[in-house]
Amino acid sequence: MKVLVPIKRVIDYNVKVRVKSDNSNVDLANVKMAINPFCEIAVEEAVRLKEAGTATEVIVISIGDKNCQEQLRTALALGADRAIQIETDQNLDALNIAKLLQKIVEEEQPQLVILGKQSIDSDNNQTGQMLAALTGLAQGTFASEVKVEGEKVNITREVDGGLQTVSLNLPAIVTTDLRLNEPRYASLPNIMKAKRKPLEVKSAADFGIDLTARTILLKVTPPREREAGIIVESIDELVEKLKNEAKVIS
Amino acid sequence: MSILVYAEHDNSVLKADTLKTVAAAQKIGGDITILVVGHNCQTVAEKAAKVNGITKVVVADSAAYEHQLAENVSLLVSELAADYSVVMATALTTGKNFMPRVAALLDVAQISDIIAVESADTFVRPIYAGNAIATVQSLDAKKVITVRSTGFNPVACDGSAGITSLDNVINAGISSHVSDELTVSERPDLGVASVVISGGRGMQNGDNFKLFDGIADKLGAAIGASRAAVDAGFVPNDMQVGQTGKIVAPDLYIAVGISGAIQHLAGMKDSKVIVAINKDPEAPIFQVADYGIVADLFEALPELENAL
Ligand SMILES: Cc1cc2nc3c(=O)[nH]c(=O)nc-3n(C[C@H](O)[C@H](O)[C@H](O)COP(=O)(O)OP(=O)(O)OC[C@H]3O[C@@H](n4cnc5c(N)ncnc54)[C@H](O)[C@@H]3O)c2cc1C
Repeated sequence: MKVLVPIKRVIDYNVKVRVKSDNSNVDLANVKMAINPFCEIAVEEAVRLKEAGTATEVIVISIGDKNCQEQLRTALALGADRAIQIETDQNLDALNIAKLLQKIVEEEQPQLVILGKQSIDSDNNQTGQMLAALTGLAQGTFASEVKVEGEKVNITREVDGGLQTVSLNLPAIVTTDLRLNEPRYASLPNIMKAKRKPLEVKSAADFGIDLTARTILLKVTPPREREAGIIVESIDELVEKLKNEAKVIS
Repeated sequence: MSILVYAEHDNSVLKADTLKTVAAAQKIGGDITILVVGHNCQTVAEKAAKVNGITKVVVADSAAYEHQLAENVSLLVSELAADYSVVMATALTTGKNFMPRVAALLDVAQISDIIAVESADTFVRPIYAGNAIATVQSLDAKKVITVRSTGFNPVACDGSAGITSLDNVINAGISSHVSDELTVSERPDLGVASVVISGGRGMQNGDNFKLFDGIADKLGAAIGASRAAVDAGFVPNDMQVGQTGKIVAPDLYIAVGISGAIQHLAGMKDSKVIVAINKDPEAPIFQVADYGIVADLFEALPELENAL
């Protein structure tokens, strides 16, 4: 069975982003970029399915400008077999990303599509669910366990009250949560090997989809900064302050 | 304008967060309908009928909706959406799960996690783990929105709207529910508690979370955790506070043995008062804490329990 893994190039999660002074967006110039952590977990899961003999091929795909080839190469070094880049300079809404992915799902006919549950830049948490709707497939979001069993896949999901397990008909769409797995590091030989793995480039314009933006980013501002407070010397002082100064306990 | 608000519930209790989503809907303005989708969920519908400022409650009660599977719920909601200009849900697990499906079925973008309403088509939402705040305008005629409840104050519950039942049952037939493993706790929900005490990797193990019990009892607090504490298996996943866990904004948040990574701050930095207990004076948590105490938590916690 084929597994398709869409990945996104985003700011490295250790970097604290800054807002541009003209409030047009955040400043990503010269900022370290990486695979979105949830997408990396998706790649790892797909590679493990292949190592377990469940998956036969792992295809990674990214939609963006040429720079996202860097993340595709990383995913190939982690064990994906081949990569597809859909080239665009536009910053596309999740719905348009899902529409492009739908075309690739139609072409490649994967049994599983594994995506990150959200990207740490836009924090939207939409693409997987939208792709599931457009393809008419079942979805297992926020997965902490994926078990393929014959024609079905069992997904354990992280929900507000704890865990929920659902059974989905294959093909299906899965989105990853943090505890699904711990991604490996790419070894040097695998990084070298990844350079020779196939990476196909397609143009977003060739899919015949109307990619007009549905939202306009009017402005981006820094959050209200909290001022650092005081260091208290003792628990008694803390309790006194909480009672009489902050008035949050009685 | 007519607005459909999806009720977040577990077939028996209407989540208080829905009252905040209704508040967000009122900011947009228009006739508000609450939709209750579930099975044997009549008590939820009755509770929803009391929510102030709404026109009516619509209930879809069927075995096909018992677990609110996204495949089924999204088909129902996108069909009902024909009569509404805005569809809203709370950005909790159910809403996050099925709403983008509704948006895609309606061929519109979704605006996720709004924390403020600027106008009927312009909304404010955090991006980059809350390190930037975006103002976005939606160009779609029909709007699909999820609401972060910390951004809104709940509406009151002394109204009496009418309840109508729907009998169209939609079952996509491609997914089924297997089991739930829910955490049972006597304590208030993280999302609604006015005091939250959270532990991080510094707690060392799950047993040590018992040090919170006496304090939480005295303060009526909910107990949370950092991702590191959850990953290490100290406590279950539903206790995680942060960018990818629960977003809380209580009156008092006490962070114990938590360093203060940006992903954790994303889930709690809108709390009214933050207290940090950490043995490392350089820990970033102190930069956002109103009151910090540099101490070993194993000494500080028993002292705190006694002092309360
Ligand atoms: C994509 C992504 C999403 C994430 N989402 C979240 C999220 O939602 N929520 C979240 O919390 N994290 C999240 N993280 C993880 C985050 O980056 C941090 O790794 C995590 O918050 C660290 O948890 P911690 O503060 O408990 O552990 P640490 O950073 O290890 O800090 C432990 C602290 O305990 C203190 N300490 C140790 N012993 C004692 C003692 N005896 N007395 C007092 N203090 C003591 C130490 O000084 C230290 O400051 C995410 C990360 C990624 C990449």
